[in-house]
Amino acid sequence: MNAISKNEQNALARAVLEIDVNNHAGVMSHVVGLFSRRSYNVEGILCLPVGDGRQSRIWLLVNEDQRLTQMMKQVEKLEDVITIRRHNADHAVFQDLETFFRP
Amino acid sequence: MTETLTGAQITVRLLERQGIRTVAGIPGGAILPIYDALGQSTTIHHVLARHEQGAGFMAQGMARATGQPAVCLASSGPGATNLLTAIAVAKLDSIPLVAITGQVPKAMIGTDAFQEVDTYGLSIPITKHNFLVSSAEELLEVIPRAFRIAASGRPGPVLIDIPKDVQAQAIEISEWPDPGRAEPAPAANSALIEQAAAMINAAERPILYLGGGVIHSGASVAAIELAEKASLPTVMTLMALGAMPVDHPLALGMLGMHAARYTNLALDECDLLIAIGARFDDRATGKVAAFCPQAKIIHIDIDPAELDKIKTAHIGIMADISEALGQLLPAVFQNSRKNWVDRSNALKAEFPFDLHSTDNPRSHFGLIQSVAACLDDDAIIATDVGQHQMWVAQAYPLRRPRQWLTSGGLGTMGFGVPAAIGAALAERGRTVVCFTGDGSIMMNIQELVTAAEENANIKIVLMDNATLGLVHQQQTLFYGERLFASQFRSSPDFIKIAQGFGIAAVDLDASANPCATLMEAISRPGPCLIHASIDAEQKVYPMVPPGAANRDMIGA
Repeated sequence: MNAISKNEQNALARAVLEIDVNNHAGVMSHVVGLFSRRSYNVEGILCLPVGDGRQSRIWLLVNEDQRLTQMMKQVEKLEDVITIRRHNADHAVFQDLETFFRP
Repeated sequence: MTETLTGAQITVRLLERQGIRTVAGIPGGAILPIYDALGQSTTIHHVLARHEQGAGFMAQGMARATGQPAVCLASSGPGATNLLTAIAVAKLDSIPLVAITGQVPKAMIGTDAFQEVDTYGLSIPITKHNFLVSSAEELLEVIPRAFRIAASGRPGPVLIDIPKDVQAQAIEISEWPDPGRAEPAPAANSALIEQAAAMINAAERPILYLGGGVIHSGASVAAIELAEKASLPTVMTLMALGAMPVDHPLALGMLGMHAARYTNLALDECDLLIAIGARFDDRATGKVAAFCPQAKIIHIDIDPAELDKIKTAHIGIMADISEALGQLLPAVFQNSRKNWVDRSNALKAEFPFDLHSTDNPRSHFGLIQSVAACLDDDAIIATDVGQHQMWVAQAYPLRRPRQWLTSGGLGTMGFGVPAAIGAALAERGRTVVCFTGDGSIMMNIQELVTAAEENANIKIVLMDNATLGLVHQQQTLFYGERLFASQFRSSPDFIKIAQGFGIAAVDLDASANPCATLMEAISRPGPCLIHASIDAEQKVYPMVPPGAANRDMIGA
């Protein structure tokens, strides 16, 4: 049996990005377009408004890749992106969602 | 005082307040309110292009020649899609461009209305930023912001899509926003500058590698001062040509795929590469792993995403080039670096660039030299894309920033003629020469009539080999000489075409004294096409084969 549990494997192979953005139509398209043009798959997306709704927070679950640093720099350059932070895949935000994603 | 104005009138007023005096475009249904307001403007001259792509290139001809953001206009649907290539060119070459497109009324967006296309969605990956405006009030914020974004940091194109009902919406205006201007650049990290200076001072074989950012930042003089103070042999990218005069003793010319042998060989020997406003493009580096294999790298760029993108820098500095060089200069020691400068000169002598038969104006290099002999450094030199572009880059004595207008990153045929028209309209005192090929000119030949209409002072030097020359060259060299779809079986009579569009034309082929004919054509004010047949077998040499290391050049 594999000594590494599924969660540990995910933590090794994946990263979670937390992106604060201005909340208007089109922002999500700008962000995910940077990934799709590089055929860099986004495994998970969560997005909700924050505070008074002028800003949103986008959470992305992505595979670890040597391009990830460059990806973050490209995301950071977008006019409507305020900040981007990187977390490990074991970050709580995606963890309790599994019940919604059973086949 | 409060005025009641429509979105269209607000748009035009904001452009006037930005200092825009010339715009290029084509009207259509969804942008007619803006055109109606533009027609009432006494300060903005509208240039009626014959294809929206031409309008996009004219605007960036203005922007490239002046460094200031320029504006193009198009209607919805096909007007907007025709503009896309020009916008992408501006993105790849970091040119400040503001594109304004009409859109179907808001209530019809998403219904597949007549001439509706998702201009916002289409333009996302080729703009620095884009806007879909939803009210006339919003224009007051969006338009100045678009100019600020286009001009700030690393410049680039911004698109503003304005639905027709927003253009027609009338609102009360009591106060106008300030025009959008470039934001001050962040200061360079002084500790990193000191480290960079120490690295330059300690280097034995440093090379200065200038990119288009030096032109955008207006840092040519500072870059030359740095090169002279520290005795740095200097290479330039295609976009940086003119930053240092080609005949400067430290200039090693353009690097990369079509560099002189001595340029790439010097890079192969350097122990420190000082990259300034350059992005390690594949046409400059060749096989990246073999590019400057012995060198440490200092990389200064205003765009942090360029640092470590292709090559990991030992010192990466995010800064405006002018500001960074201002800090760097006093910290760098005066150094004659005799051994390395001697070595660099020895490479020049041993592996010279062969400008063969330059005295024959019917040869490609001879024609370029003959044109240069008719002009001084005030002239602007535009090109299309192909063999002629590389030959001009190799052989024309470019000596000042913004003298050279070319489509670098996207390499777009059809760029030359409309960009030259734009430059001629923005810089009316200058002669603008556009070198083009018989393949390229056909891609926007309709703009010849725009040149006639505007009496633009452009001289189009058409180097005609009846082929798609670079395709022909690659098929000959790398595809077993299987020439396919690269030779035109039928060519138009370019002299008649030019005359038919209403501009003067001369044929050097038919001239007994081509140099005199050239001089006469270039000296005469107004647009002129100068046709010259050249040998289709001539190649752009030296050449680094695609995927090879820069040291492995073939030809010449």
